[in-house]
Parts: sequence; structure tokens; C-alpha cells
Amino acid sequence: MSFDYAQFAIVVTAMLLMVGVAGTWLTRVLSSSHHGGPERLTYRLLGIAPDEGMTWKRYGLALLLSNAAMMLLGYLLLRIQDLLPFDSLQRPAQSADLAFNTAASFVTNTNWQSYSGESSLSNFSQMAVITFLMTASAAAGIAGCAAFIRGLSRKCTNDLGNYWVDFTRTIYRVLLPACLVLALVYVWQGMPQTLTSSVTATTLEGAKQQILIGPVASLEAIKHIGTNGGGFFGMNAAHPFENPTPLTNMLHMLAMFLIPSALTFTFGSMLMRRRQGWAFLAAFLVMFVGFLAVVYHAEQQGNPLLAQAGADQQWSALQSGGNLEGKEMRFGMAQTSMFVAVTTAATTGSVNAMHDSLTPMGGLVPLALMMMNDVFGGVGVGFINLVGYAILTVFLIGMMIGRTPEFLGKKIDAREMKLVMLAVLAHPFCILGFTALAAVWPATVASLNNSGPHGFSELLYAYTSGTANNGSAFAGLNANTPFFNITIGLAMLFGRYFTLLPMLAVAGSLAMKKSVPEGPGTLPTATPLFTGLLIFVILVVGGLTFLPALALGPIIEHLLMSAGQWF
Amino acid sequence: MSQNETLLASNPAVGMYGSSPSWLAVIGEACRKLSPRAQWKNPVMFVVYLGSIVTTLLWIRALMGHGDASSGFIFAIAVWLWFTVIFANAAEALAEGRGKAQAAALRASRQRVHAKVLREPRYDSSWYMASSEEIVAGVWVLVEAGETIPADGEVVLGVASVDESAITGESAPVVRESGGDFCSVTGGTRVLSDWIIVRITANPGETFLDRMIAMVEGAQRSKTPNELALTILLVALTLIFVMVCATLLPFSSLSVALNGSGQLVSLTVLIALLVCLIPTTIGALLSAIGIAGMSHMLKANVVAISGRAIEAAGDVDVLLLDKTGTITLGNREASAFLPAVGVDEAVLAEAAELASMADETPEGRSIMVLARQRFGLRSRSLPACEPVPFSARTRMSGVDIGDRPIRKGAASAMREHVRSLGGVFPAGVERVVDEVSRRGSTPLVVADGSRILGVVELKDIIKGGIREQFAKLHRMGIKTVMITGDNHLTAAAIAAEAGVNDFLAEATPEDKLKLIRHYQAEGRLVAMTGDGTNDAPALAQADVAVAMNSGTQAAKEAGNMVDLDSNPAKLLQVIEVGKQMIMTRGALTTFSVANDLAKYFAIIPAAFVATYPPLAKLNVMALHSPGSAILSAVIFNALIIVVLVPLALRGVRYRAASAEQLLWRNLLIYGVGGLIAPFVGIKLIDLLLTPFM
Repeated sequence: MSFDYAQFAIVVTAMLLMVGVAGTWLTRVLSSSHHGGPERLTYRLLGIAPDEGMTWKRYGLALLLSNAAMMLLGYLLLRIQDLLPFDSLQRPAQSADLAFNTAASFVTNTNWQSYSGESSLSNFSQMAVITFLMTASAAAGIAGCAAFIRGLSRKCTNDLGNYWVDFTRTIYRVLLPACLVLALVYVWQGMPQTLTSSVTATTLEGAKQQILIGPVASLEAIKHIGTNGGGFFGMNAAHPFENPTPLTNMLHMLAMFLIPSALTFTFGSMLMRRRQGWAFLAAFLVMFVGFLAVVYHAEQQGNPLLAQAGADQQWSALQSGGNLEGKEMRFGMAQTSMFVAVTTAATTGSVNAMHDSLTPMGGLVPLALMMMNDVFGGVGVGFINLVGYAILTVFLIGMMIGRTPEFLGKKIDAREMKLVMLAVLAHPFCILGFTALAAVWPATVASLNNSGPHGFSELLYAYTSGTANNGSAFAGLNANTPFFNITIGLAMLFGRYFTLLPMLAVAGSLAMKKSVPEGPGTLPTATPLFTGLLIFVILVVGGLTFLPALALGPIIEHLLMSAGQWF
Repeated sequence: MSQNETLLASNPAVGMYGSSPSWLAVIGEACRKLSPRAQWKNPVMFVVYLGSIVTTLLWIRALMGHGDASSGFIFAIAVWLWFTVIFANAAEALAEGRGKAQAAALRASRQRVHAKVLREPRYDSSWYMASSEEIVAGVWVLVEAGETIPADGEVVLGVASVDESAITGESAPVVRESGGDFCSVTGGTRVLSDWIIVRITANPGETFLDRMIAMVEGAQRSKTPNELALTILLVALTLIFVMVCATLLPFSSLSVALNGSGQLVSLTVLIALLVCLIPTTIGALLSAIGIAGMSHMLKANVVAISGRAIEAAGDVDVLLLDKTGTITLGNREASAFLPAVGVDEAVLAEAAELASMADETPEGRSIMVLARQRFGLRSRSLPACEPVPFSARTRMSGVDIGDRPIRKGAASAMREHVRSLGGVFPAGVERVVDEVSRRGSTPLVVADGSRILGVVELKDIIKGGIREQFAKLHRMGIKTVMITGDNHLTAAAIAAEAGVNDFLAEATPEDKLKLIRHYQAEGRLVAMTGDGTNDAPALAQADVAVAMNSGTQAAKEAGNMVDLDSNPAKLLQVIEVGKQMIMTRGALTTFSVANDLAKYFAIIPAAFVATYPPLAKLNVMALHSPGSAILSAVIFNALIIVVLVPLALRGVRYRAASAEQLLWRNLLIYGVGGLIAPFVGIKLIDLLLTPFM
């Protein structure tokens, strides 16, 4: 057991050690006035004026239109996959609804996969569609966050920076170098990195076995650093080629947290409010550790029904014990529980275990983390969401000091509130609305693997994962039907842009404002008290919104399991 | 009783706050507000309103035998939902009712009067009688003793004492004269003696009194920026909960299908859940809090031109305070006799006393008092003397005893005086004069004939308790800046003594304006008071500008509040009322949202226990039955509005403390209280309901 805690501690400590370095690096990338050689060349080729400042509208429009163009490109490539070269296995093109779902999924940093990776996509598609969109969507998220932070730090201006510059720099100076290093480490750990599509092996019995390979290491690197999560193989990070060793498992987790945690530091340095940055990191960390404790405890407890049946689920020197259904032995209880929490906290969606097989309370954790969508969160957007909640906290609680709400010296007025609430509303509306639609859709029951509350959880999980741009699957739901492909595709698009764009508008609006100097009369927001309140508001607003749905899913399932019923 | 006596008797400032509207009137008004148009103004309560209508229809359907729950249960829910709406209306009506009573009192003083309209602004000009409704801006009226001024205006000719008690509640008459800062008169006030010619500046219906009535009645009350933002937040929360409850129906039906057994959740229960979850408490009380804020200002005899100004008062970071009247008493007081070399102090004191005998100013009297205290003078009989009053030309005053002139005055004036009589101004006295100035006091030089006897030190008297007030403001994070026309040395000394954070010496109105702009550019909100016409630009620029009622029309129009008592120190009270209003809003918002947790534990298990019996485990309050649990939550939700009405009207008590301390304190009361109270309340109501279920 203490060995498990040590593993948690190692990952968290390693993450914290990287915050300062990565945060400083990001700050320099996002605030430097120098354009590198390759960047200048890129700007010249694409006709970009790199020193042009953009209003939030222009910035948002550039983000939206470039994303739309990339999504269209991805869609077209998937539709004509069979006509494209370099595939010795001649995999067919995706259907229209599946290609829409896939393109929407990867451009929104979701990486929900209605297809099964290795059997559906050629190596060319894995690189030109999947890896490309993974990089672009991560860069778009970081760029959006950069503009957002600038909005908070500046005053009396409408200039939020230049989207093209932020996007290009993030790729050239952050994502490519980091991925190059990580990919090489992955190759060292045994991941394939080749353009060959398959190798044939002869088994011990003499049978011929075709083993699919491809450029896995490069995809894995951006998959985690960019909090994307879509697997090369259908099994995702449970596949030995995607996650060969406990070390790669740990590196996956660290890579997922790298940028979301560093952005708190970047925020602190760009605003010259270091304490505030640490306070936000603390909020992330406290919520994460809390949820990790729940999932680990639930999984380590195992299934009481199996215990009644005589199975030994106790931890001992010889076995890790707990609920091992759907888990890889090479990762064990600790690394699996933590991976579940990390991948849904950072809304990556990479999975190294079957989430469908988690205990009910264990399964509640990934659901809850995705519903909140701001415990670290996806690169860039997670931080933006957290600040959105901080603004909400200031409004709900801050007025008790006898001043109208201010956040970081900026007055929060009706306009900001409208935009923040639009972003806050988009999330539950998508999740609950689409789940309700699916609940009344006649064909839904046929797609569900399980009956009872577990079946409901499968459905809820799918739309939560899509809206939160997570992409992990509970599994158990056959989502590759036109209905699910289209509705989940829409949920991903709404979930991404209806939160990102309003928050950019908030940044634009705050940038125009004057800044009120802080004093004993202003609400301190970098204190443990405020951090505690922020966590409380996130939990309460999230809890109040989703508790009824969760009550009909994992909560009742847990109660039923205690009563001896299993699904 | 004459008309004038009626005016005095119905003095609004005195009668204003005491009268509370009757309960019957409040309930009547609450029911009148049930019209859809009135409800639509408050989106949160509109949802409850719709819920009440739907449950009523469901009840009727249940009576006809098509109910999704028992008709008794639906009826009880419907009744309590209607109560919720009516309680919210009543809270608003109660707050408005107080304002209406005040407005009625004010209106009584706005009776139709007749006045003499002049053809030309001369006393002997020809005139005709016109009623106040016909008098428009720009005409001249003559008002003589015993007559009422028909409308707001400026005195262009004459001096008169005016009884302004109808507006201010202050019974002592004030002097109004042409030119200067005392030329503005208000319609509805009465000239007691002499006559004035007034140039009317307001059209009928636009006078100060009209504006005041409109404000008090809430007719012109539009939502303040913070209120608007809070409403958006509340609407968004409401939308979330509408979505939560609306989707529960399909979720419930899928669950029933997947489970293969169980019962669909009923529409009545979903509506009950929705009403309990949306922030009805703050939604119902929000407008009452705003109106109450206005009432609190009126109670302090301050009329706010807009609710926005009250809100801004809570946010003020910098206070610009005029030295005289705010920090110091208007009058200086003699504090010491500083004789010249070779002069006995008693001799100086006696001369100073003689020089002040005819001086009726408070300064002059204070010299007499000091002389008596120190040397027991004035017990003997005084020689016959001829008083010489102060004149702007000589800048001295005193007495002539025979041909012996005894004078006191400012150093420069006295230097001229003794030189003209062939005397000299001793260097030692010159030094004393400088020292006294440096101490923040005013030196007054005394001469007997051509001989300088010494200096009387006149000290600025800092108001009692003002230092503590400033310390309090400092703790609240508010910066105080003293504005004075004094020189830098004097200003620095007084500033240090009073404990203000900063000062502006030798200030001109332009300096004041510049200073306000400077602070605003830093992002601070500035509050100030003013009364003169030359204050008007600064008043217009300041975020919270309290004009003195005794001030000019221009000042009153530039400011966003008018202090009827004309007391500049009122600014501190204004800020407290502003903070209190925002705090009350914050406290009730937090309380309202915190309440939801307990309501979930009451309703969720009750709603779905029919589908999944093990959900009964979530019934942590051990409520009697699903029906009683839901009903208890709905009843609690309605009654909590009634319980909190007094708090909304009275306001959360404000204490001068740092933001962090205030946050802790209010969080414990309204946050933690908001979490716990409904658990207790719902359980109690459930216990009471149990026998009837």
C-alpha cells in the first residue's frame, strides 16, 4: 500500500518540479518580441503580419476559421483514405458520419474514437490527420489561453496578441521540441516508430500472425503532451506498443500534466502575480488528489460481491488486490487508478484500463472530473475554465465584503458575467441535453452493453467525454452509429467553442478595463481561503448540476452493489 | 391650521421612516403584482410563477382522475408555490411601501402655490399671478415674506431667510441671497422674512422635489450595474436547473426501461425540485435590497439621484474631504498668547480681549474665553470704547478707546498698520508668526497703538472622533485626502493631527478636478462633497459626489447625491450604506446557493426511490416519506423568504474591517449557515407534517 502512495508521490513531485521550468519556458515563448528564423519564414510564406495586434473578435475568428479549415481537411483525407498512397493494408475510407465525428474529435482536442485505430486508419492518416490535428488543436488551446491571460494582464487595450504568432510559436518552440525528446524516450522504451504498416511473426505453434505497427512513438508524444488522448490502436494506452512499461505509463501521466500545470505558473509570471498562479495550481492539485483518493480507494476495495463469492481481493505481498477487472497487470492498482484520474482531469482521454469495468464509485471519478472540466483540464482550456469559475466565485461570495465584484483588479460587470455564464451553461446543456436526447432515441437501448444504471452511465459518459473534450470511452457503448457519431460530434464542437470563444470575449472585455489597485479593502484571491472557496464553488456548481444524473448512474449502482445487485 | 403649518407637520424627513405600511396594503399589493407583466421583470420568480400555474393545472387534472400523483399532494405543492410567489411580491411591496409613504409625505409639501411672475427682474416691476404648474424655467418670480417659492431657482436679487424644513427637516431658517454659493432655492420652501427675486431653473415636474419623489417611489429605479450582473448570474443558474430538471424526465424514463421496473418521476415532483433549486431566496429579495438601500440613504437624510450612486459608494477607494467642516470645526479657537519681547502676557491678553469685544465671530469669542480662563479678566469695568468692525479693506478689527486704537489682524495687515502709525514690527514677533503657521495654526497679531504686543495663536480644532473615523476607513482600505486652501505647512500639520493619508494644500477647484482624474486613472473610485458652483466640475467627475443641500443649484445638479443636512462628514455614512447594500446582496446570494445542498438530499431520494428503492439511503435527514420530504423542501423554500425579509430590509451589519476579515465572518454566518439551516428547517417542517401525511 505504501508502495502505491510512493508512486503517487513520485508523479506529483515530478510534476511540481517541472512547473517552474516549463512555466518559465512558456512565458518566454508567449511574451517574447523576437521572431525566430523558421517562424519568420513561415509568416512570410503564409502572408502573416506577426506584429499585428488582434482584438478578441479577430483572434477568435482566426482560431475558429483555421480550425474549421483543418477540420475540413481532416474530413476530406479520411473520406478518401482508400485513394491515398502508403498503405499496404489498403484500409477503406471512413463513412461520412464517422469521418465527421473523427475530424470534429481531433480538431477539438477531444480524440473520441468511434473507430478502432489500427483497423481503420492507414499510417498516412495516422500522421496527416491524427497527429497533425493533435498538434494543431493543442497549439490552438495554448494560444487561446495565452490571449486569455493577456486579457487579464493588460489594461485599457483591445490587443490580445496575434493568433498566428501564438499558434506558430507554440508548435515550433514548445510542442515540437518536447515531443521530439519524449518520442525518442518512448522509442527507447520499445514503442514502434516506422512507416511500415505491419510485420508478420511466426508464433510458437507455427501460425503466422500479422502485427500492426506504424509511427506510434511520435503520435504518443503529442497525444499526451497535447492532452489529446486518441490511441494509435483501439486499445489505446493499454496496448503494449502504446504503453510498454511502467516508466512510459508514468511519462504519459507527467506529459499530460506538463502544460496544464505549467500554465498556472505562466499566468502568475505574465500577470506579475506569482502567488495567484500558485493558488490556482493548489486548487488543481487539491481537487485532483481528492478524486484520486476516491478512485484508488474504490478500486482497492474491490467488488464486495466477488469477496462474498470467495475471491481474495486483499492487498498482500503477492498481489495488489482490489478490482482488477479490465486492468493491465503491468501497471497495477496504483498506476491504473492514477492514470484514470490524470487522463480525465487533464481531459486527455488516453486510457490504460477499461473504465467500464471500474467499480461504480471508481467510475464516478472520471465522470465527475470531466463534468467539472477544470481540474488541470486540457491544454489551455482547462486553465481558462478554472478562471471562469474563479470569476463566478468572486461573484457568488466576493460581494460579502461590501464591494461589487472584482477579480485581479478588474470590475466584473454584466457583460463579463453574461459571457462567463454562457461558457458555464454550454457544458451542462450539451451533456444533459444530448444525453436526454439519446435517452429518448429509440435505437439507444440496442447500443448499450449493460442494463440498469450502468447502461445509463455508459450513455452519460459518452456525452460527458465528448463535451469535455476528453475523448476517453467508458466503452460498453457502441457509438459508431450515425446518431451517436453526429450527436457526439456536435457535443465536442459545442463543448469546445462555446466555452473557448465566450471566455476569449471575457478576456477582451477585461483587457479594456482599468485595473483597481489592491488594498485591505479588496478581496484577496491568492489566499488559501479563496482557493478553498473556489474549489467549493466548482464542486457545488458541478455537483448541483450533475448530481441528479449521477444519482441515476454510478451512485445508485454503488448502492445497488452494496445491496447485492450487479450489472 | 394654515397651509404653512401643514407643511411643517408633514415634514417628510421626520415622518419619513417611522411609518410602515399596513400588512393589508402589503398583501394587497403582493397580489396585484401577480400579473404576468409584473412577474416577467424578475426572471427567477417568473419560473416559480409558471411552476405554480402548471401545478395548479396538474391538480385540476388530478381532480378529474388523470393525476400523476395524489391530488392532495399536488394541491399542497401548488399552494406553497403560490405562497412562494406571493412572499416574494410582498417583500418587494414592503420595501416599496416605505418609499411610498415617504413620497406621499414629500408630495404633501408640493402643493400648488401661486406666485408673482415678474416681467423684469426688478422689485418694482409689474407682475401677474401664476400657479406653480404654469411657471416654467427662465421666468422671474418675486417671493415675499410668508410666501412659498413655486419652483427651484436661483436668487437674482435680494436677501431673505428661508424655511427649508419641508425638504431638510431642519427647522432653523437659512439665508438665501443673490450671488455666491447661497443663491439656490428649492421649490416648496417658504420665505420667512424680506423678499427675493428668483429666476426659475426647473420646469414643472422636473424640480428637485419631483426628482426626489420619483426616486423614493422607485418609479425611476432601473437596475444598477451590479444588480444587472447578479440577475444574469441568477438567470443562468436558473437555466441550468431548468435543464437539470427537464432532462430528468427522459433520464427517468430510460432508467425505468433499463431497470425493467419502477415508476416514472412525476411532473409535480420535477417542478417542486426546480423551484427548490433555483435561487429563489435572492431572486425574491434582490429588488427589495436595492429599494431598502435607497431608504437607508433617506434615513440618513441623503437623497441619491440613482441607485447606481449608492452602489458606487460601496466601492469607493479614495475620499476627498474638505478640511473645514469635515475634518475641523468651521471655527478656529484661540489657544495661546505669545507676547513680544518685553511685553507681559497679561497685557497682551487684555489688549486681545479688548480688541475682540466687538467681534462676534467665534474666533473673537474664543479669544475672550481664553483671556478669561488664563487671567480672569473682564471682571473689572471696562472703559467706554468705540468698536471698529472687520473690513475687507483694512483686514483688522478692534476698538478705539478714546484715541487709542487697539487692533488685531493678520500679520501682513498689522505690519502695514503699525508702520502707518510710525511703529516697527519686531523681528521676534515675525519669527513667532512663522512658527505658529508651521504648527498648523493661524497667527493673529495684536497692537496697542503703534506698539506690537504679540501674537494670539488660533488653532484649527479637529473634530472629536474624526481620527478614529479615519483609522476605521484606513482599515477598510479607503484612502483619505484632505483638501484645503491653507498653505502647505499648515495643511501638513493638520493632516498629521487628523490622521488623513494625504492632503492637497492651497487647492483650487481645478486642482481638485485634476486630483480626481489622477486617482481615477489609477483605477480608483473617488468620493467627495461640495457645495459651491466652482465645485461642480469636480462633483461631476467624482464617482460619488454628495452635494450639500445648502449649496448652489449647479453643485446639486453635478452631484449624484444631495445631503439634506448639508453635513460633509455624512460621506462616511454614505459609504457604509453602500457597502451594506452590496454585502446584503452577497450574503443572500451565498445563502441561497448554499441552501441547495440540503434540498437535494431531501428531493433526489424522494423523487427516484420509486425507480430505485436503495436511493432511500441518501435520505440522510430520515424524512418521513417521499411526499413529506418534497413538500417540506418546498415549504422551507417559501418560508425562508419571509424569514429573511427583515434582513433584506435592514441590511447585513457592516463593520469596519479588512476584506479578508469581513469575508471570514460573513462566510461563517451566511455560507455555513446557509448549508446547515435548511437541513434543520426541512427536518422540522417534516416532523410537523408527519401527522398529516
